[in-house]
Amino acid sequence: MAEDVKLMKGNEAIAHAAIRYGVDGYFGYPITPQSEILETLMAEMPWETTGMVVLQAESEVAAINMVYGGAGTGKRVMTSSSSPGISLKQEGISYLAGAELPCLIVNVMRGGPGLGTIQPSQADYFQTVKGGGHGDYRLITLAPSSVQEMADFVGLGLELAFKYNNPAIILADGIIGQMMEKVVLPPFHTRRTEEEIIAECPWAAQGKTAGRKPNVITSLELDPATMEENNIRFQAKYRKIEENEVRYEEFQCEDAEYLLIAFGSSARICQKVVENARAEGIKLGLLRPITLWPFPKEVIKAYADKVKGMLSVELNAGQMVEDVRLAVNGKIKVEHFGRLGGIVFTPDEVLNALKELIIKK
Amino acid sequence: MELNEIIKPENLVYEKPGLMNENPMHYCPGCSHGVIHKLIAEVIADMGMEDKTIGVSPVGCAVFAYNYLDIDWLEAAHGRAPAIATAVKRLNPEKMVFTYQGDGDLAAIGTAETIHAANRGENIVIVFVNNAIYGMTGGQMAPTTLEGMPTSTCPYGRNIALNGYPLKIGNLLAQLEGTCLVTRQSVQTAAAVRKAKKMLRKAFENSMAGKGTSVVEFVSTCSSGWKMTPEKANKWMEENMFPFYPLGDLKNKE
Repeated sequence: MAEDVKLMKGNEAIAHAAIRYGVDGYFGYPITPQSEILETLMAEMPWETTGMVVLQAESEVAAINMVYGGAGTGKRVMTSSSSPGISLKQEGISYLAGAELPCLIVNVMRGGPGLGTIQPSQADYFQTVKGGGHGDYRLITLAPSSVQEMADFVGLGLELAFKYNNPAIILADGIIGQMMEKVVLPPFHTRRTEEEIIAECPWAAQGKTAGRKPNVITSLELDPATMEENNIRFQAKYRKIEENEVRYEEFQCEDAEYLLIAFGSSARICQKVVENARAEGIKLGLLRPITLWPFPKEVIKAYADKVKGMLSVELNAGQMVEDVRLAVNGKIKVEHFGRLGGIVFTPDEVLNALKELIIKK
Repeated sequence: MELNEIIKPENLVYEKPGLMNENPMHYCPGCSHGVIHKLIAEVIADMGMEDKTIGVSPVGCAVFAYNYLDIDWLEAAHGRAPAIATAVKRLNPEKMVFTYQGDGDLAAIGTAETIHAANRGENIVIVFVNNAIYGMTGGQMAPTTLEGMPTSTCPYGRNIALNGYPLKIGNLLAQLEGTCLVTRQSVQTAAAVRKAKKMLRKAFENSMAGKGTSVVEFVSTCSSGWKMTPEKANKWMEENMFPFYPLGDLKNKE
């Protein structure tokens, strides 16, 4: 049977994938450049087919708390927004992490700070992988670099979220959200039954049945000794995720003398840079982190013994480069190249930066 | 008469509701929360909905409501309970869902969530405890603090020029098409408790009948925050709170 190939925007792929992966509820608030997610879901009316609830909330704050409510009852729920809206969601994200609730968040990044611009950016890297909300917590962070991955990571994100009882986030940007590409949508998965939810999530607030203690979804614990125990449990979980869930892609790295490190749409541009560089005889490779947290630090550390220098190419002022430098730990030269405020670099700009910052020095 | 004689079902005139557990309550003497918790426990049991009820507790004095009623709970971020309850109910329409919120939670930080959940007509019950003060954080001014009423952040009394007017959020909610019941009750006398329980039951029944949002406001005391004896606080409430927040149904759609 021929594959069901469709042409659509990354944002639309997220919406279709959500329906097909058996998501129970989506709660969102319009913001450019990701409004097509809510629009597509509303046009598809999945409540009439799969029974999925779709609701336009009064704010991003309300939307993330609706996610908290749905996740607390064991349902597969998600929200999406773009940078300023994701800032508003940080309170709720911290509570979700603190209550160990699985859910999926999508950030289709735009340029900041403040209201900034509606053009693409990758400047929310720090916010996403270093916290954002208050407290010691981590988000499983997936960075798609194609419309196909926008669709696939809805499934992967939810799978990982429920595996570890932790929020997962798709960190995309305006390019991936808005560009149209071929995509093979996942087959339809049926939503879980009440019985399946109770079996998978015995902690869920589903109504206290006789013979069990009440299930309470909370991040509150006033006794500091118990709160420290909770934190230690979270950290142990995060170490396990770091051990098991690192994902990355290598592109012409085998014989590389220099490496570009780039995620998301930057990685797409960097593929062209690698081709152009090799045409000039420069042995360049590309390492694309797919999970930004857990960060592929071990593989980067290993490449520090093989290559002469690395350039972290990001649509920001230099954020992921800090994690690359931590992995390399001073062994070789690591520099950053980026454009800011919604401007996207050309392959030539990146190649020139590589020559100036890494090869010549 | 022997004690064994006295303890017989036919002699039973009152007992602790089955849903209330043995955990010692942290509420201050004279606080209205204990009575309101009891009424909720009784109504859930009277309706036979023990295994189908999901509560959403607030940030405020009732943050630990989940420690006292043996049902499933979600503890909300400050003010966000109606948004959380919205999703709980929409995703689990066969469950009975309520929020329990104080005046700061519902009428200050959570105003948007409250208004919009009510305006959508979410089939939930909002239990609103209005004691005109932030009790948990130590007696600061609330949106519902009366004019001239002293608190730790308006020590010389609420000054309208500086702080604006006390917010009659119940009246505001009654204006919304999505609410079916908005009622203002109190629990300082046996008669008031009986009446309040009746309205609470109606609110929970509305939520299961899909009639829209029901709001039960309890005009309450905070003897610690008000710095009064429980007895004096009840009297002060009757003399000062009731004239500004008159009891009765603000809206009761049949």
